[in-house]
Amino acid sequence: MDATIEVSGLRKRFGSAVALDGLSFTVTPGQVTGFVGPNGAGKSTTMRVILGLDAPDAGTALVGGQPYRSLRHPLRCLGSLLDAGALQPSRSARNHLLWLAHSQGLGARRVDEVIEQAGLGSAVRRKAGGFSLGMRQRLGVAAALLGDPPILMLDEPFNGMDPEGIVWMRGFLRSLAGQRRAVLVSSHLMSELQDTADHLVVIGRGRVIADTGVADLIAAASGDRITLRTGARTPAMTVLARAGATVAATGPDTVTVSGLTGERISALLAEAGVPVTELVAHRASLEEAYMELTRDAVDFRAAPAEEAQR
Amino acid sequence: MSAGVAAPERSGRSGGRLGFGSLLHAEWTKFRTVRGWVIGLLVAIGVTVLVGLAGPAGTSISCSGPDNQPCQHQGPPTGPDGQPVSDAFYFVHRSLTGNGSITARVTSLTGLYSPRGVSQAGVGTAGMTSGVQPWAKVGVIVKQDTQEGSRYAAVAVTGGHGVRMQYDYTQDMAGLPGSVSASSPRWLRLVRAGDTLTGYDSADGMAWTEIGTATLTGLSSTVQIGLFTASPDYVVIDQSFGGASSAGGPTQATALFDRVALTGTGTGWTGTQLGGTGPAGGSTGGYQQSGGQFTVRGSGDIAPQTDGMGTGRTMQDALVGWFAGLIAVIVVATMFVTGEYRRGLIRTTFAASPRRERVLAAKAIVLGGAGFVVGVVASAIAIPVVGAVETAKGLAVRGADTAEYVQVVVGTGLLVAVVAVLALAVGTLLRRSAGAVTAVILAVVLPYLLAVASVLPAGAAEWLTRLTPAAAFAIQQTVPAYPQVVASYTPANGYFPLPPWAGFAVLCGYTAVALGLAVVALRRRDA
Repeated sequence: MDATIEVSGLRKRFGSAVALDGLSFTVTPGQVTGFVGPNGAGKSTTMRVILGLDAPDAGTALVGGQPYRSLRHPLRCLGSLLDAGALQPSRSARNHLLWLAHSQGLGARRVDEVIEQAGLGSAVRRKAGGFSLGMRQRLGVAAALLGDPPILMLDEPFNGMDPEGIVWMRGFLRSLAGQRRAVLVSSHLMSELQDTADHLVVIGRGRVIADTGVADLIAAASGDRITLRTGARTPAMTVLARAGATVAATGPDTVTVSGLTGERISALLAEAGVPVTELVAHRASLEEAYMELTRDAVDFRAAPAEEAQR
Repeated sequence: MSAGVAAPERSGRSGGRLGFGSLLHAEWTKFRTVRGWVIGLLVAIGVTVLVGLAGPAGTSISCSGPDNQPCQHQGPPTGPDGQPVSDAFYFVHRSLTGNGSITARVTSLTGLYSPRGVSQAGVGTAGMTSGVQPWAKVGVIVKQDTQEGSRYAAVAVTGGHGVRMQYDYTQDMAGLPGSVSASSPRWLRLVRAGDTLTGYDSADGMAWTEIGTATLTGLSSTVQIGLFTASPDYVVIDQSFGGASSAGGPTQATALFDRVALTGTGTGWTGTQLGGTGPAGGSTGGYQQSGGQFTVRGSGDIAPQTDGMGTGRTMQDALVGWFAGLIAVIVVATMFVTGEYRRGLIRTTFAASPRRERVLAAKAIVLGGAGFVVGVVASAIAIPVVGAVETAKGLAVRGADTAEYVQVVVGTGLLVAVVAVLALAVGTLLRRSAGAVTAVILAVVLPYLLAVASVLPAGAAEWLTRLTPAAAFAIQQTVPAYPQVVASYTPANGYFPLPPWAGFAVLCGYTAVALGLAVVALRRRDA
């Protein structure tokens, strides 16, 4: 089977509230896809629909080309972590994994393997109710790994993790993608996905706002602007504007330039004999890029006529 | 973005669909790994036995003889099958060795009774009102001996049910209908041939009709043959809110026999009062013979015991603790599914096993199996343990044959199993522990308690145990109701309106409907 998740045209309402509003995206193998949006954007609903738990009003969600509910061995196709707190508190962590393994025809040996992989150690003999949220996340990851699935889908796995755990989780997600698995990870905090996700699906209010590579997104948010510090502001602006750049004075001795690369600016100004004291390329963080995207999303949502924008 | 690249070799699609066995295994693992649930079932066993013990443990029989020694408990006599019986009547008899027969004509049956109970009556028959009890019996009888509880066969005229042939206390066959009078007498005949007794009746002594035959295996060569009169106590069943009470009053019947003819050996007549005395302590049974006419007066009944004191403590009594044990089972069974809804674990379950009705089936089998084991184990402990305490306390314990024991123990196992499945189905429908537990207790345990604890009038109690899932408790009833014995056949006295398996079927019906609704809800709802 293809290690993909294909979501197309999902719509779902809960009463009068629209949860999913024509959502479409694809998750491909070999990379970590970040699934990002503010709380209430529809991330968890989308994941429940993918797992066949919630029925969409319209649209389809296919796992490896099939509806999840028709999979013969669901956990061997897609391992998921929806809610780390979904545990019977008085059952030990190991027994939680054991019944799940039995449901897939797997045995205790596989349980011990995923305990090792998730770094749960000897804590698994304890009741799951006494676990910290970070330990529950590891237990959820262990459960998702039980069937050694080519696709993994984790909802907010960084929640409640300590810094050490976050570092572990990032490395772990990268290694899963490195094994050619498809990994979909949701988060409401873009910073958690920095250095983790290769691709981003950003949603807001049930719609896809951006479906893009992380590098492209940052470049777009940065807008290839370059800040120039010079003692001769006016000649510099004249030279660059003549070369086709958009220039703006942002201070007594600073100019913001866009439309030209740093090398070209440098060469043009040197040719014209304009002195330059500093030339800085502006680079947005993933967080900034995300804030910009979601702000735009909110802006254009105010104007419903922008539907075609999608 | 590249299209889906083939994933590394994994078993996502290989092999058959997951077997139901994997699902069962998973649900069983789920069940056994929550210690509270396992303890809950052990509590169900313990509570059932302990509550069963509370009955006899709280009973003390204070009974002192004239010498201030505790008296030995005198249970009722037991019949050929070991069941407690009444065997009280006036018997005019002689010995018969080998085969023979008796024929007699009954020309009159009259009676006296105390309509307002014992206290209204004086000693003997003073103050009694005339009237024949419907099941007063006068006629001809062949009986093993004059011991109470010995085997017999009789053909008798009754006060209100025509001619009957009865034998061995529980067996009853109808002959000619109508009541007897001088103008409309009844001829009765009983023929012994080896172990076989054949009864006949006739309106004119010419044309005889066979009523039926009784085979009294092992009947001795010499038996007692003769005339008898019996008249059971007058029974008033008072049904009101707060329960049914039955009050009794003494009665007496008098019969006139003539044309008495015997074949076979033996001479002379002896009159014997079997089983106690006449009404109100006065021994008024007796007979007079003048010419060919016999007047026979008597009281009592030849019949199975039907009330709680007479039958002795039954297995049903030993199992009253199930009302408490079932509550524990209901709580555990409900939590088995509502616990998953509460924690969101149901989503993990349905992600692992997307076919939801199969999950429900697996849970039902696990709970049903656990419930059955609990039901059988608790009953198999409670019956002998409670029985031993009852015996130690001097209470009579009704014996039970293997078939009855199996019916009660296995039946209770099935009852507990199906109640557990009902709780699962209701829990699945409601998704909330408190609501589901309450609903199932209201449906199963409360009607049982109201009916059995004589809170409700007998009529209401009967309808509750006919229409609600509590009807299934009929499976614990082993003492049958006998139409030929007037008694308070109410759930409070251990008599359920439906036969055992029919009552169980009512519970199964409710459970099937609840499971069906649960499946529909599971398919329609988002998990």
